[in-house]
Amino acid sequence: MLSTSSLAVPVRPGGSAALRVRGLNHWYGRGGTRRQVLQGVDLELRPGEVVLLTGPSGCGKTTLLTLVGALRQVMEGSVEVLGQELAGSSRAERQQLRRSIGMIFQGHNLLRCLSAEQNVQMGADLLPGLSYRARRARSREWLRRVGLADQMNQLPHDLSGGQKQRVAIARALAAEPRLLLADEPTAALDSRTGREIVDLLQGLARGQGCGVLMVTHDPRILDIADRVVRMEDGRLVESGEGERLWGASRLPDAGEARAVE
Amino acid sequence: MAFWQGRRIPLAWLLLARQPARLAVALAGIAFAGILMFMQLGFRDGLFDASVTIHKQFDADLVLISPRTMSSIAMAGFPRRRLVQAMADPDVAGITPVHWNLLLWRNPETRLTRSILTLGFEPGDPLFSDPGLSAKASSLTQVGRVLFDEQSRPEFGPVADWFRQGRTVETEVAGKRVRVAGLVSLGPSFGADGNMLTSRETFLRLLPSTPPGSIELGLIRLEPGADPAAVIQRLKRSLPADVRILTKQGFEDFEKDYWRSSTAIGFIFTLGAAMGFVVGCVIVYQILYSDVSDHLPEYATLMAMGYRLFTLLGVVAREGLLLALLGFLPAWLAGQGLYALVRSGTKLPVFMSTDRSLIVFVMILTMCMGSAGLAMRKLADADPAEIF
Repeated sequence: MLSTSSLAVPVRPGGSAALRVRGLNHWYGRGGTRRQVLQGVDLELRPGEVVLLTGPSGCGKTTLLTLVGALRQVMEGSVEVLGQELAGSSRAERQQLRRSIGMIFQGHNLLRCLSAEQNVQMGADLLPGLSYRARRARSREWLRRVGLADQMNQLPHDLSGGQKQRVAIARALAAEPRLLLADEPTAALDSRTGREIVDLLQGLARGQGCGVLMVTHDPRILDIADRVVRMEDGRLVESGEGERLWGASRLPDAGEARAVE
Repeated sequence: MAFWQGRRIPLAWLLLARQPARLAVALAGIAFAGILMFMQLGFRDGLFDASVTIHKQFDADLVLISPRTMSSIAMAGFPRRRLVQAMADPDVAGITPVHWNLLLWRNPETRLTRSILTLGFEPGDPLFSDPGLSAKASSLTQVGRVLFDEQSRPEFGPVADWFRQGRTVETEVAGKRVRVAGLVSLGPSFGADGNMLTSRETFLRLLPSTPPGSIELGLIRLEPGADPAAVIQRLKRSLPADVRILTKQGFEDFEKDYWRSSTAIGFIFTLGAAMGFVVGCVIVYQILYSDVSDHLPEYATLMAMGYRLFTLLGVVAREGLLLALLGFLPAWLAGQGLYALVRSGTKLPVFMSTDRSLIVFVMILTMCMGSAGLAMRKLADADPAEIF
């Protein structure tokens, strides 16, 4: 049932990648203060693949995430999400595409006035053609899967940090995304809770065949990744198995950057 | 799309309801503005209605007045003959000539004088639609007798009390002695603090300078089923231009128009209502604007999830609509209570009319939706790219 998404995203023939980035450049500012934040980024993500993105703060990870998430207009290069080219896309096209992209934020960003169940349903409400009852049932099912069956009617205010992040995950997945973007989902959590959260994320995303691109500084969660890519000064510098790459990058300055962020 | 598929989380309501303190402030502000509008408009309409307290009670379909008459406090005379001529029309069933003037009444207790509206008529003729009058009117056949309006302001003296106690109440009107032969209940109007009725004969004695054959008001009653407009047309053709023919409603409007155009009442109270409107706008705008500002990251999150800006604007609009509905209710209830207070305190005929309720509701709705519209501009600041 959860795989019957009927979103009308045109899929190109042969475009099997959930995400394909080619020669992506991006700048901030204008004129003399113009600064390049992304330089010729190439990246590919297959459906169901979990890719971690690491690198020092200010290296352009978040910018890449907002471009891939259709939150920003592409300036130069190509970003193809779920078969749809984002370069030159209109605001309405991006808004429509965002419905197929799940997003999990560092600061969970739940709606304070809604209960856990209602927050999740804000995600499920994006699915077309379902009755209110069906959308509510789906929200409850997702809350159950993230282990919050007993906290459905609590407001975010009354939930712990880990519980809030679980609600945020349920909200993102309830909209049946085919690409999930996460920005340091474990940053505000203790190590045990963080571990639980990423395990949950990985398991649920895999189950749905949903690609995951996760920005993280947390070395404890690298083993969940199929691939780890590292970014420095707006370029992707290395790509490979988690353990090996992290070992290579475990330099004094990288440690400082972790502490900053 | 079927209704149950369109059903969504009532986000606008939850945004308001989960912040009860802010909601209470908003509703108090809207209710205050609504009460202010109800009171000001109520006073205005009440004052205008009060100017026709007497006019409303005449037993007439059409009236004749002099074209020189400007208002009830300056009634000019016209030939009584015109009224008799009107009798010639087949649709006219009856007429009543009425003398109308303001005379000086001496308070029998304090001996101070005050002007009182005096109507003189043939005691056998119907004057008011109240059927109780004709029995009392027979006592006026004796010269020097008057019927006193018990609702007249207390400055005219404790006439009604004395009369009920069985005392003979005598006083001076226009320098001549009169005796109170009975009480009627009419009510003070804008131009007259008190009223008294008397016979034509007594009236002419009190005011001997009245030209013979001249009256100030002519009442015309029509046959059942007659078309007043058609009769007016015929009378206008047959009568000379020294009379003006009005319907009873037209007579009332004529009086109200005088007070509306020649006094600042309308302006003052409309301005008061406008101030209530402005105060309400400021309060609602403040509330909605800070509400949108406080929830900006949440709105941005919803946009990042794929909600359309239009949907979010709809949330703010619905907040405005809810505030209008919830704020109008206490304003309406408080208005009812305050109107009752005004009625008992001032004898002004202020009632909660459907028209005024509708006007105030539309004003509150405009206030809330306008403020919501302005607060929506803040939503443009919600940039989903900033929330990562």
